[in-house]
Amino acid sequence: MEQNIKVIQTGELLSHAVSLNHEGYRLVAISATAKEGIELTYSFDKEYDFINLRLEIDADTEVDSISPLYSYAFLYENEIKELFGAKIRNITLDFNNQLYRIPIETPFAKKEEKA
Amino acid sequence: MNFVKKSPWILHYDGSSCNGCDIEVLACLTPLYDVERFGIINTGNPKHADILLITGSVNEQNIPIVKQLYEQMPEPKVVVAVGICATSGGIFADCYNIVGGVDKVLPVDVYVPGCAARPESIIDGVVKALAVLEEKQKALSKKKSAVKK
Amino acid sequence: MSERTVIPFGPQHPVLPEPIHLDLVLEDETVVEAIPQIGYIHRGLEKLVEKKDFQQYTYVAERICGICSFMHGMGYCMSIESIMDVKIPDRADYLRTIWAELSRMHSHLLWLGLLADAFGFESLFMHSWRLRERVLDIFEETTGGRVIFSVCDIGGVRKDISSETLKKINESMDIIEKELTELTAVFFKDSSVKYRTKGVGVLSKQLAHDLGAVGPMAKASGLPFDMRTQGYAAYKYLKFEPIIDTDGDSYARTTVRIKEIFQSIDLIRQAISLIPEGEIKTKVVGNPNGEYFTRVEQPRGEVIYYAKANGTKFLDRVRVRTPTFANVPALLETLKGCSLADVPILILTIDPCISCTER
Repeated sequence: MEQNIKVIQTGELLSHAVSLNHEGYRLVAISATAKEGIELTYSFDKEYDFINLRLEIDADTEVDSISPLYSYAFLYENEIKELFGAKIRNITLDFNNQLYRIPIETPFAKKEEKA
Repeated sequence: MNFVKKSPWILHYDGSSCNGCDIEVLACLTPLYDVERFGIINTGNPKHADILLITGSVNEQNIPIVKQLYEQMPEPKVVVAVGICATSGGIFADCYNIVGGVDKVLPVDVYVPGCAARPESIIDGVVKALAVLEEKQKALSKKKSAVKK
Repeated sequence: MSERTVIPFGPQHPVLPEPIHLDLVLEDETVVEAIPQIGYIHRGLEKLVEKKDFQQYTYVAERICGICSFMHGMGYCMSIESIMDVKIPDRADYLRTIWAELSRMHSHLLWLGLLADAFGFESLFMHSWRLRERVLDIFEETTGGRVIFSVCDIGGVRKDISSETLKKINESMDIIEKELTELTAVFFKDSSVKYRTKGVGVLSKQLAHDLGAVGPMAKASGLPFDMRTQGYAAYKYLKFEPIIDTDGDSYARTTVRIKEIFQSIDLIRQAISLIPEGEIKTKVVGNPNGEYFTRVEQPRGEVIYYAKANGTKFLDRVRVRTPTFANVPALLETLKGCSLADVPILILTIDPCISCTER
């Protein structure tokens, strides 16, 4: 399967999401990887055409939520917020880090704190 | 009514298992294995249950629920931990959100091994639990008659 | 205006094999809103990649869910194989396809039983599960396991199926098809089944698209998304069309799944007739380096496997987007406006797999 990953800047996320939304793309996943900072990958699909938008942010950068455009993004964003500690603002339904209610804070982000 | 053998009813709760053991618990009820021939019924109500079958390990969030279910069951009661996760945490023991086996919060009477536990071993475990239940029943009626005297 | 009541649903509920909690906001008998509360089964197994190396992680991946265990292992292996540029033998591809389709059959039969149980048709539940045991017998004969059988490995599969056994599987398919026809006639014709499912929880095509529904949930609303058409494993050699329905109600979701079981039987027969002789495993050397998204069609819909490797034997990240996770928004939408008595059926018709969702 073709892997189409496009690196974008934090500020461009919403405009990219708007145009993909207009073209009829569906959001299929938001993934995060913790390294130095957090790498966010937004995956979109339209009739098997698979597009990934990649954002590389540090822990303090605020990212806009795309949940006003893709209502169901709230689940992914809440998960990333809780597990990675990414700062995502304006989520339509914000669980305030209480989605999984785990005993430790941001378990996935631990790695960089040690370094 | 002590001369009557009890038909034990089972309450099943999924701690944080992967479903493998849960569907095997359900498979025990269905025609091929058919534990209902022993008078065993899977009930959804803790107040009707004699045996608590737990699959999967416990985590911070389900500890109060598991405890509450156990407390709601009438005496005598038996706890069966089904599968390796319920016994010790199994493959997930290292995960950050896993506290460990069910015995961290409840007194477990019977451990059933396996990943996923096979229906045969679940039935064996339940039969073993029946013996424990009978023991507990005897101890309980002894205590009661002692109180009466 | 009537008063609003909040009814907690779950986490322990007779109809749910797994814990999920919903706060149902009701006006009289009608659900106005449903607020999910998840996390009872969250284990954090994606984090385990730091403790188990990429070979060992296959076993963890298989235990994400005990129902679609094989396909989880397969999705994970496909990701690693793509990163390492390993071409697995054709025979392994076919064997994977056969096991994957058998998994779909057992999962859908399981679900049919649970659905019947949810509306109180217990004999139908028993019959569905009795038939499902025939599929499990094939698993046991070919792999040794019933639900989790660890047969998929990076580079191929661990066990071969002999041609006699393949012939036997073919014969079992005939028996299953016959019994399935009898069984599903009840689902198709029985008035009580229709009464409980027809027109219940309608999800329009537009909403299914906009809410990102996948699998039978999307197919029943007329969206023909099926990752198998992308031709992973041996699907590129097999002939099939995604099954769709247009009604978008619970009945449509049931019929889509029933038709998918028949389709799986057909696919298994095709695979058995085409399977080539040869090796079943490619030797894999070295450690993976790179990243890859794999998309596989599970019984519940599309699953996305993302693996990122750094050249050591420990991966940086494995992420699984499971089908139920994608279907939760559609569930919350269909719950609005339904009556309280229909809630269990609606929850079941997305075929929820909570342990997949929460990982």
